[in-house]
Amino acid sequence: MNVAVSVYDTHSQALAPASLAGPAPKRIVVGFGFWIFLLSDIVMFSALFAAYAVLVNGTAGGPGGARLFNQGTVAVETVCLLVSSYTCGLMSLAIYSHRRLGTYVGALVTFALGAAFLALELREFADMIARGATPQSSAFLSAFFTLVGCHGLHVTIGLVWLAAMMAQVAIMGFRPAVERRLLCFSLYWHALDIIWVGLFTVVYLMGVAA
Amino acid sequence: MTDTRYDRAPGDSPSRRAIEESPGSEPLVYTIGLVLALVLTATSFWVANTAVLWPPGVALGLVVLAIAQMGVHLVFFLHITSGPDNTNNVLALAFGVLIVALVIGGSLVIMADMNANMMPMDGTMNMQLQR
Repeated sequence: MNVAVSVYDTHSQALAPASLAGPAPKRIVVGFGFWIFLLSDIVMFSALFAAYAVLVNGTAGGPGGARLFNQGTVAVETVCLLVSSYTCGLMSLAIYSHRRLGTYVGALVTFALGAAFLALELREFADMIARGATPQSSAFLSAFFTLVGCHGLHVTIGLVWLAAMMAQVAIMGFRPAVERRLLCFSLYWHALDIIWVGLFTVVYLMGVAA
Repeated sequence: MTDTRYDRAPGDSPSRRAIEESPGSEPLVYTIGLVLALVLTATSFWVANTAVLWPPGVALGLVVLAIAQMGVHLVFFLHITSGPDNTNNVLALAFGVLIVALVIGGSLVIMADMNANMMPMDGTMNMQLQR
């Protein structure tokens, strides 16, 4: 601890100014940087949402959302992703206290629920394409497959990342670098769930209600 | 050495140090968040399917429920608070929300305006009115 900080502490219990505190720990810098990345990712999704909202009525005589979407599937997908976000949170608690078993169980449940979500989504896509609702057939379907497919791609990347992180925990243990990556992963996973909230509302529920 | 001198990393629980010493109460926060999110999701599905509500208000109700659920996720899963150690996280989030609102709101307003000003056509170019 440097002298300036110790002197400051004797004067007040409040937050010292950042200029006296020295550089923040790496965990905070990394977490904040990843937070900025996630916000930029959400801005990219907002452009896809805007494109979808503008093109939603451009069905070119083809089927619209009310005829294509199956609300039961969407409800199950939503619950899968929500509960996987919850188990991801419990996993991060296990990581704080360096409990290996808790971490593995949390990661396994998170992975299984994420994979179930992805399987349901791919089945839905395959079903739509089999019925002739391909991405090429209308502006509405192009926007739909881009928006929902981009989210699905993010989930896929998250699953690969989670598997890689579990391998790192198994091989390297809970060293600070691994813990920072796990923090970034849990941020990423929670952010994906936030995007899904917007997605099932705007795409599926509004599509069915309209 | 206290943590409070620094900001908190986004996603970190406020009592991470305390949990490392004695795990126990923290899962409750996530459980509350899960229950609230499930209730809001169920309400959204009910609002979309019910005939009880005034139909033109359904879309607005769904948007309000979605924003509420995003708030639940931010508070209970990502531990975003109004505390001084979270100022940077909140400011970055506020900037992100501003850009998202500009992109989505701006696109919708501009495209609706352009559609309203379109010359009457057979409809092939008019994306908003085409059915």
